[in-house]
Amino acid sequence: MSASFSPIFDNASPQAAAISNLFEVVLVICGVILLIVTGMVGISLIRFRHRPGSAEPPSYFGNRKLEIIWTIGPILIVIWLFALTARGMRQSDPPANRQPDLIVIGHQWWWEARYPQTGVVTANEIHIPAGRKWLVRLESTDVIHDFWVPALARKIQVIPGQTNHIWLEASLPGTYDGTCAEYCGAGHTWMRFSVIAESPAAFDAWLGGQEKPPAIPATDPAQAGLKIFQTMTCINCHSLRGVSMATNAAPDLTHLASRIILGAGVLSNTETNLFRWLKNPQEFKPGCFMPDLKLTDAQAGTLTSYLETLQ
Amino acid sequence: MSEAASTLIALETPAASAPRGLFSWVATVDHKRIGILYLLTTLVFFVLGGIEALLMRIQLARPNNTFLSPDAFDQMFTMHGTTMIFLVVMPVLIGLANYLVPLMIGARDMAFPRLNALSFWLLPCGGFLLHFSLLAGGAPAVGWFSYAPLSETSYATTSGVDYWTLALLILGVGSVAASINLIATILTLRAPGLTIRRLPLFVWMIFINSFLVILALPALNAAIVMLFIDRHLGTHFFAPANGGSAVLWQHFFWAFGHPEVYIMALPAFGIISEVIPVFARRPIFGYEFVAASTVAIALLSFGVWAHHMFAVGLGHPMDLFFAATSMMIAVPTGIKVFAWSATMWGGAIRLTTAMLFAVAFLIQFTIGGLSGITFAVVPIDWQVTGTYYLVAHFHYVLFGGTFFAVFAGLYYWFPKITGRMLSERLGKLNFWTALIGFNTAFFVQHFLGLMGMARRTYTYPNLPGWGLLNMISTIGAFLLGVSVLVLLWNIIASLRHGKPAGDNPWQAWTLEWATTSPPPVQNFDRVPPIRSRRPLWDLAHSENPDPIVGGAASQDGFILEKNRVGIVSFLITEGVFFLMLILAYLYYNNHAMNGPTPTSMLDPRRTGIYTLCLLASSLTIWLAERKLRAGKSSAFRWLLALTILLGTVFIFGQSREYLRIFHSGVMVNSNLFATTFFTLTGFHGLHVFVGLIALLILMWLAFAGDFKLGRIEAVKSIGLYWHFVDAVWLVVFSVIYLRLLI
Repeated sequence: MSASFSPIFDNASPQAAAISNLFEVVLVICGVILLIVTGMVGISLIRFRHRPGSAEPPSYFGNRKLEIIWTIGPILIVIWLFALTARGMRQSDPPANRQPDLIVIGHQWWWEARYPQTGVVTANEIHIPAGRKWLVRLESTDVIHDFWVPALARKIQVIPGQTNHIWLEASLPGTYDGTCAEYCGAGHTWMRFSVIAESPAAFDAWLGGQEKPPAIPATDPAQAGLKIFQTMTCINCHSLRGVSMATNAAPDLTHLASRIILGAGVLSNTETNLFRWLKNPQEFKPGCFMPDLKLTDAQAGTLTSYLETLQ
Repeated sequence: MSEAASTLIALETPAASAPRGLFSWVATVDHKRIGILYLLTTLVFFVLGGIEALLMRIQLARPNNTFLSPDAFDQMFTMHGTTMIFLVVMPVLIGLANYLVPLMIGARDMAFPRLNALSFWLLPCGGFLLHFSLLAGGAPAVGWFSYAPLSETSYATTSGVDYWTLALLILGVGSVAASINLIATILTLRAPGLTIRRLPLFVWMIFINSFLVILALPALNAAIVMLFIDRHLGTHFFAPANGGSAVLWQHFFWAFGHPEVYIMALPAFGIISEVIPVFARRPIFGYEFVAASTVAIALLSFGVWAHHMFAVGLGHPMDLFFAATSMMIAVPTGIKVFAWSATMWGGAIRLTTAMLFAVAFLIQFTIGGLSGITFAVVPIDWQVTGTYYLVAHFHYVLFGGTFFAVFAGLYYWFPKITGRMLSERLGKLNFWTALIGFNTAFFVQHFLGLMGMARRTYTYPNLPGWGLLNMISTIGAFLLGVSVLVLLWNIIASLRHGKPAGDNPWQAWTLEWATTSPPPVQNFDRVPPIRSRRPLWDLAHSENPDPIVGGAASQDGFILEKNRVGIVSFLITEGVFFLMLILAYLYYNNHAMNGPTPTSMLDPRRTGIYTLCLLASSLTIWLAERKLRAGKSSAFRWLLALTILLGTVFIFGQSREYLRIFHSGVMVNSNLFATTFFTLTGFHGLHVFVGLIALLILMWLAFAGDFKLGRIEAVKSIGLYWHFVDAVWLVVFSVIYLRLLI
């Protein structure tokens, strides 16, 4: 498999590797069976064609021995596959045996990530230290979602009223795409996220930055933007440390400017995109719960200036 | 065949002439016309579902496309799935069975012709209701499996889901009625000599399939009834916010949903098991293994549902159990694939269009089956479920498999149905465009899934390769669309100018080819003697007939009374419905909860007395039936009246219980106890009520003196129903009330 082709095969964790190794074995088994069937059919089509004028072929009603063989053969293959399955499950999905390192909460249509040790909260972007096996607890506040980072781990449903756990690990630093894999409503397409694995030192630096409260805006436009943030309906849904203590109905914006994507994957997080997003989120992510606030260009501009200070 | 006519066996009833005109089609109870109506209706829905698919493919042709809004796209995939499964695949197979089964078993019609008409007319009703949602605020947009809580009112705010539930209920009732009819037809109307072991494999598979339908559909019906109650009475079956379970919906849905996969496959296996032997000029290889493997698939199909739920996090032991059962299904399925391949080996294959479709079925179904095995290997499922790899897999099974089989069947039986051959030239064009279009559209989707593309996304980011593969898939889908146009053109052109077919254009061997094309209203005046599985082969090759199957006996023990078969099948399906309600009650009442509880609300002793009344009424109706048989009509009448009285007392007792609970301020939406209690006992009460109406009609007939001994079957059937209602109550009483006494 080429490097960029499939994150399932071009994976980056022992858990995902266990699955792809198993997948390769099973694909070979299936390929051989397909060859046998195609071969039988193909040869029949070439050798046993009707010739005009030829008599009816002799009737042949079956061969008990052969039938038993093609019953027993598959049974043995199935037993083999079952053993492989049991082993693959243990390797790719070890039992959860401790407190979670990370809590991920699925929302329509974004992901909330909470670091229980530090209280850091972020959205749609999960930082982990490379080479460490992290236990993730998954919850949902509304409907069923599915947390899937194909290069790193199995997928698992995120179910309201039930907590699930998976192990998340990246052997090497890198950015790995994740997505919601269970249809969850109009915004399902843009419920993507990134897992960013960094060297432990870089990760600690990132976590330290996230722990700090956001800087007080210094420039005039940024201060005006903060005012807009406080007076418009933004604070009803978005929490922002030191400014807004809203519930988690929408992504925490404390360090918004440090993130790489907007709207759970619909835009990259540049100043221009942020401005366009604020002008009308519905244009980019139809159906999402952030309304078109009919901001003027000036309002959106100052709000962008403020949000850009949230490094 | 006139020289052989002297050996034919005359059937009993005389012939009738065919009525004419459009109204005669609306009013028809002729299984052949009903079969044709099924085929035409499903053709319309097939085109509709296909257009929905093409709209989605246009939207997905390029990354970040804006042809469809997410909401429109979500409605499209929900409607496409629902339409194809419930309005196309199931009814087209039932329609084929409707047309063919009576002909293949040498019968004049189905066991219950009027019920048959009802089953059909429920199909356009359900289809209309589903599509009416488009005018009533939007089609459902929750996916064809309608996962809760997304399908609850908090998240699905338009009435789309309501139309969806009602349409599926109606269609479900229609499918169950059709299947009961097919079971009764096959069990009671076979021609002399056609023992169970001599049945054509298509009939065998339809027979087994009908049991799958009557056992699986009620699970869906129960689940959607609960969803409907949730949405309209504010109850909490599947609403986690109030203690309901999102996972229970998945269990209930897939308990139906996986057997449903085989409901859509077994009849296709049946078609292939007819087509391949005829065009390979060989009897099916290993008839017994093929038939028995069908039974094995049917049984196993009820134990595999949770392989749709490996991503739920049910725990490894549960996942392993369902992995094992799912893998086991590969064995009987493999037996079939090998048997079909071996039938071709050593034959004299004629590559007609029908055979081409059958051969393509064989390969494509094998691909779909093998990718299915990868889903049974749990860790692989954890990666690829919910992606385009899954979409590719089930389209290989359902389109590359079932639809190709249906096309094969269409080219095979069209001459019988219409009296004209389909054009082979257009047929070949139809086949090659379908083959290339289908594989182009769907093979690449395997790769899209492996690349990480989730299903049911209205668009996708511009990642390397995604746009290209999606474009290829879209081009393939449109080629497939062209193929369907060729098919339509072929049907229309051949109906007008097709070559006359004659009775048996393919030199086939089963009974439907022993009559004219199209068959007369009464199907047959005579049927050939049946000693083997290929009566027409025996007729044409008297020098070399097939060995006699199962001794010379012309009848086996499997000719039953049709009303009895009908009512027993009906009660089986009802039993499953109640089983689901009872399971829901047990599931939610096995732990403490806030609000009313069984202990605080219910009085087992008083209800016990009313229970005795209901049980006594079983005794009285049994006695009534005996009196009627003994010719004592007066005693019969009074025992019937006593039965009704006892049933009424029970209903009265239940009403008092309900009123008492209502007065304490508890309603169906108070908590999960109230929800499950009222739903379960309410549906039981409804059944008692319906039984009382049936008994009242019986009594009215009896007192009007209009009751002859000949109607004993009606009394027996209603009696059986009444016993069933009592038996269900006995279980319900034990589950709800007796537990309180212990």
